[in-house]
Amino acid sequence: MASFLADAVVYLGAAVLCVPVAKRLGLGSVLGYLLAGVLIGPFLLGFIGEEGKDIMHFAEFGVVMMLFLVGLELEPALFWRMRRQVLGLGGAQVALTTVLLMALTLIAGLPWQAALAAGLALSMSSTAIALQSLKEKGLSNTAAGRCSFAVLLFQDIAVIPILALLPLLAVAAPVTGGGTWIEGLPGWQRTLVVLLAVGAVVGLGRYVVVPLLRVVARTHLRELFVASALLLVVGIALLMETVGLSPALGTFLAGVVLANSEYKHELESDLDPFKGLLLGLFFMAVGASINFPLIAERPVLIVGATLLVMVAKAAVLLAIGRRAGLATDQNLLFGAGLGQVGEFAFVLLAFIAQLGLLDGTWTDGLMALTALSMTLTPLVMLFNERVLLPRVGTTEAPERAADTVEERNRVIIAGFGHFGSTVGRLLRASGVHATLLDNDSDQVDLLRKMGFKVYYGDATRHDLLESAGAAEAEVLVCAIAPEAAPALVDTVKRHFPHLKLLVRSRNRMDAYELMDQGVPHIYRESIDTALRLGADVLHELGVRAHTAHRAALRFRSYDEAALKELAARRGDKQEYLSGVRAAIAEQEELLRKDIGLDLDDHDHAWDSQEMRDGIAAAQRSTRATG
Amino acid sequence: MPRVLVLFAHPRLERSRTNRALLKALPASDRITFRDLYELYPDMQVDVRAEQDLLAAHDVVVLHHPLYWYSVPPLLKQYIDLVYAFGWAYGPGGTALKGRTQFHVVTTGGGADAYSSAGFHGHTLQEFLLPLKRTATLCGMQWAPPFAVQGTHRVDDSELERIAQRYGRLLQGWAEGTLTLEHMSGTTDQHHLLTSAP
Repeated sequence: MASFLADAVVYLGAAVLCVPVAKRLGLGSVLGYLLAGVLIGPFLLGFIGEEGKDIMHFAEFGVVMMLFLVGLELEPALFWRMRRQVLGLGGAQVALTTVLLMALTLIAGLPWQAALAAGLALSMSSTAIALQSLKEKGLSNTAAGRCSFAVLLFQDIAVIPILALLPLLAVAAPVTGGGTWIEGLPGWQRTLVVLLAVGAVVGLGRYVVVPLLRVVARTHLRELFVASALLLVVGIALLMETVGLSPALGTFLAGVVLANSEYKHELESDLDPFKGLLLGLFFMAVGASINFPLIAERPVLIVGATLLVMVAKAAVLLAIGRRAGLATDQNLLFGAGLGQVGEFAFVLLAFIAQLGLLDGTWTDGLMALTALSMTLTPLVMLFNERVLLPRVGTTEAPERAADTVEERNRVIIAGFGHFGSTVGRLLRASGVHATLLDNDSDQVDLLRKMGFKVYYGDATRHDLLESAGAAEAEVLVCAIAPEAAPALVDTVKRHFPHLKLLVRSRNRMDAYELMDQGVPHIYRESIDTALRLGADVLHELGVRAHTAHRAALRFRSYDEAALKELAARRGDKQEYLSGVRAAIAEQEELLRKDIGLDLDDHDHAWDSQEMRDGIAAAQRSTRATG
Repeated sequence: MPRVLVLFAHPRLERSRTNRALLKALPASDRITFRDLYELYPDMQVDVRAEQDLLAAHDVVVLHHPLYWYSVPPLLKQYIDLVYAFGWAYGPGGTALKGRTQFHVVTTGGGADAYSSAGFHGHTLQEFLLPLKRTATLCGMQWAPPFAVQGTHRVDDSELERIAQRYGRLLQGWAEGTLTLEHMSGTTDQHHLLTSAP
């Protein structure tokens, strides 16, 4: 326990020290974590030594979680829209890079199976580093950002067939035993196991996980939902490890399966902090695991090979980017961002070592190369940003509208009960699609059955709003329970000040609170209905329908004005009157004011008694003066 | 026998002495359909389909309204805008109103003498109603010279009663076919129409 606490202090301390310094220097958080890892690693300060490998294993969990979240973001519809980019750019990148690197390793004297395996492993880029860096620099939505996402996506998916393919390559090469049970099987059976495991994840995700989450959501215990989300990811990771597959891939698949469920945003926001921390840990572990003695032994070879691989990868990326029509500056960003060898290479290389496709010196060397290239990436991006881009001059022109990575709605409706759903139906009938949030799991369930795409979650939380697209939306309709509305308003004002807020309130008291918060658009839920009913009463009593209708409309404007006026004078009264007494006193004041109200004012209809009297009077006075 | 549709549009009937008197004289007849537009559509949401069906089922369309700023009240304008639709009342295939008669019953505060080239308003009532006449013509409808009740600010109760009776007889005449466009041809002066018998 004591050593666990000590380790935690070392990691957290290194992160807290290094990352802000790196960010202040403009180096980005990824490099900060990597340097923190190098600093505490066995070769510098030595705070962590041999257990570095275990930490690495643990920290890979950050990648596992990140891929689950990447998968969650990947709705089939979105993937379908991006299919051309993903298959075209991604396919070209993996194929060309593999061929090029295979050629290089063949020259280095490997047999073709080993060369192909190494080429495939090294063709992977780091989703963790590339996406994190792009997001941090706010470049996710540029042309380069979208292309990067497409290529990374293809790689993440391609790992599945590659893992299935590797045992087949090993058939031709000498096999060394040991490890998990799957290794005892012949090549084709392993391939079968891989496919079965993938099928199991898809099936479980669809038919077991969603109903389970529904039950959990019904308990209204947030921590239980977080626990379920963690259980889901850890469970799938364990299943995958058992059958000898990459946990990251399993969770990625599970994410894709759940991308269309109502719990998408809730899962996203619950796991996000864990992902961030574990990714940080992962980067530190990468930094710590760089085998400096090995590099020191043959510095020229390893550093040279690293640079060679990075240049080769970047060359392929630049060629593809040019074909895809990227502007020079975007293309440089694309090449620099994805030029490293990624975390999946660790997974693939470990598997390759197990299969005996490559011997220990090769895999150790390639792993050192991978870690080194990941560490160099932030530096390369920095170099690109500071030195290359200023020479190219252009930065991307504002947003191309057509092929954005994510379709976001302009309206978010928080709270989809009777009130919110009416708003939503009006919008939908008018061709406006809104992102709908509700935290009543039964209601969500019901609405989903009726074809509304409602997401489950607590809309007062900024992370949920964030994943619902609040940063890009224009209007937020707040129709959640009036008690919770002020919290939502607070969150929106703090994190998304650009959003136009339209808030439903239950009564005057709720409205006052919202007015104090500076909400300009407040809708008391009963006022319109009450006035409509009142107008109908007038009509029943013989008042003309149009007259009653206009009286109700005028009364509403008057009442809105009175609300503002009373709100301003409310403060001092609240001091000594509280709750019900304040409400009664106010009601009294309102009723007194209403007595003098003349809703007929200014409407003479050209024919009224006043008009006729006025004309008669005018004629009399003309006669008198004339 | 012709059927008569009375489209009555007054936003504040309760304040109009003249129109209340006219409506009291409305004949009870199964060939006369009375529509109080402001009562039917207090929020200006006209039921276009229902109104089109009604128009198609009648031969004489009586637009009964006060003159507001030399035009019809807003709901009646809205009614025409929505119900006299492209492809239904005019344009390709728009023949639903063809052959019908449009007849205005107009009340004005000013007297008949004010509505003349030499008078206060400088134009006759017929001239002010030109856009409505053109609307009817465009839809293939016949234009009947309007029945005008003028000087409502000054008219006294017994005279108003007489005018109302005449309003009733006019509608009755349309419904029984005793009043036709031929009877009305040549009547350009509304005041004349008001005081002469059918």
